[in-house]
Amino acid sequence: MNEPSPIPVSAASGTPVVHVQNVNQRFRTPTGQVITALQNVDLDIMPREFVSLIGPSGCGKSTLLRIVADLLTPSDGVVQVNGKSAHDARLARDYGIVFQSAVLYDWRSVIKNVELPLEVMRQPAAARTERARAMLQLVELSDFANHYPWQLSGGMQQRVAIARALTFEPSLLLMDEPFGALDEMTRERMNIELLNIWNKTRNTVLFITHSIQEAVYLSSRVVVMAARPGRVVKTVPIDLPYPRDPEVRDTEHFFHLVSEVRAGLRG
Amino acid sequence: MTDLLLKANTEAVSADPEPQTGAPSWRQVLNFALGLVLIVALWQIIKMLFRLTDLQLPGLPGVIGALFQPLQADQPLLGTVLLQAALYTLREAFIGFVVGSLLGFALAVLFAHSRLLERGLLPFVVASQTVPILAIAPMVVVWLGPSAQAAGAAWLPVAVITAYLTFFPVTINSLRGLISVPTSALELMHSYAASRREILFKLRIPHALPYIFTALKIAATGSVVGAIIGELPSGIQAGLGSTILTFSQYYIQGPARLWATNIVAALCGLFAFALVAIAERLIVRWQPSTSR
Repeated sequence: MNEPSPIPVSAASGTPVVHVQNVNQRFRTPTGQVITALQNVDLDIMPREFVSLIGPSGCGKSTLLRIVADLLTPSDGVVQVNGKSAHDARLARDYGIVFQSAVLYDWRSVIKNVELPLEVMRQPAAARTERARAMLQLVELSDFANHYPWQLSGGMQQRVAIARALTFEPSLLLMDEPFGALDEMTRERMNIELLNIWNKTRNTVLFITHSIQEAVYLSSRVVVMAARPGRVVKTVPIDLPYPRDPEVRDTEHFFHLVSEVRAGLRG
Repeated sequence: MTDLLLKANTEAVSADPEPQTGAPSWRQVLNFALGLVLIVALWQIIKMLFRLTDLQLPGLPGVIGALFQPLQADQPLLGTVLLQAALYTLREAFIGFVVGSLLGFALAVLFAHSRLLERGLLPFVVASQTVPILAIAPMVVVWLGPSAQAAGAAWLPVAVITAYLTFFPVTINSLRGLISVPTSALELMHSYAASRREILFKLRIPHALPYIFTALKIAATGSVVGAIIGELPSGIQAGLGSTILTFSQYYIQGPARLWATNIVAALCGLFAFALVAIAERLIVRWQPSTSR
């Protein structure tokens, strides 16, 4: 589990962790207008892939993530997670989710927040605590186990949220702009830390971001979306080997990939 | 005083790993003393400024002094009489408060889980509070009075009237707390495939606790008023209600007595409020000092 290996980018085999086929999502506005949030979206994510969705506001990237999470039902199309329907996958707790805000429960200490999913899953208390401690160690917050969320900085809160999402070892990690609310410096540090964590866990990740640099630095594949109607317009494989040094962001090839994504965003 | 009690919750933070620079308690005591001095001074100034007679507004020393005088020779001091009456009324208020709060909270949980019930019943809950208690109280006494008397529980109708007066703020505030859970916090629970019961106990109720305690503070003070009012049609002689009635009928003979009784009643309300505030302080321990 710990051995860092290059991720097969295009020639991945086996069942996809996420299978989205011909998904459409339409909303009706209060005025009766129909808005197409997603149009004919196809997306397959193979095991251990780190896929980023990037696109302008209103391109439906968050909608797509919420459909995969079964927090939203698509108007039509096929959505499967680990070969199951999105609904069954949610009931089977196949994914962990991280939102833009940390969504920590104020009344729970840090460690109790990390234990929350295990509590819902009725795990014995001792095992819960042990697991939560290990997770806090992973995100380097062991010293803050008994703090309350308001005592933590935004970046630390988001690390707790990541620990909480990973605590029950889901095969899929869904991240909806997890660092979007952080300042640039914190965001860069969080990117490095997320890659460190991911190098140890190697879950499959579906990551949403507004930042081209962030998408290229983290991902094995960047999926570019466009708005009105929300759709996938381009896929950019990121062939930088893992584990990635932060310095990779200063290389020629990185810049090249960034401009390729940017070109996709321009359409 | 209210300020002191409201501030008291924020102190709970000091139990956390990183103590917050909350006001030390000696300062709160000082604030309270300051408020007391201010009110006493204001009382005396108004009396002097408007040249009010003792009938219009007895002097505060006279009111306090009345507490240490017997009503008639060879009888206990007024203070003793009032203390006994206050304890009697507080017991009724407490029972009514507990019953009313539990009922109010149960209704809130019910409404939080069923839009249908909320839409169907909430208007009636609201309407119930627009009916003057003076109209309801005699009915409660008629219904429950005889059997309560027979069972040696004359206080029962009063407790019911008190509960009737206290459940409403608890329902409204608790409901607000239970349904104001942020969508993302709810989605997090859905992502764990949590049941409604788990969502209720692990998310909705803890989230609603600050709302609930706000409601309980209103209900606590309301319960004392409710008990005093409820005593009047119930014909209960042992509580503050009949004492207030008697002293207002004989006001000319001793205005200080009624004022002393009013002060004792106010202290009862304050005491009830303080109990809830202390409970909140013990239970809601996670909040930063910026919030109340």
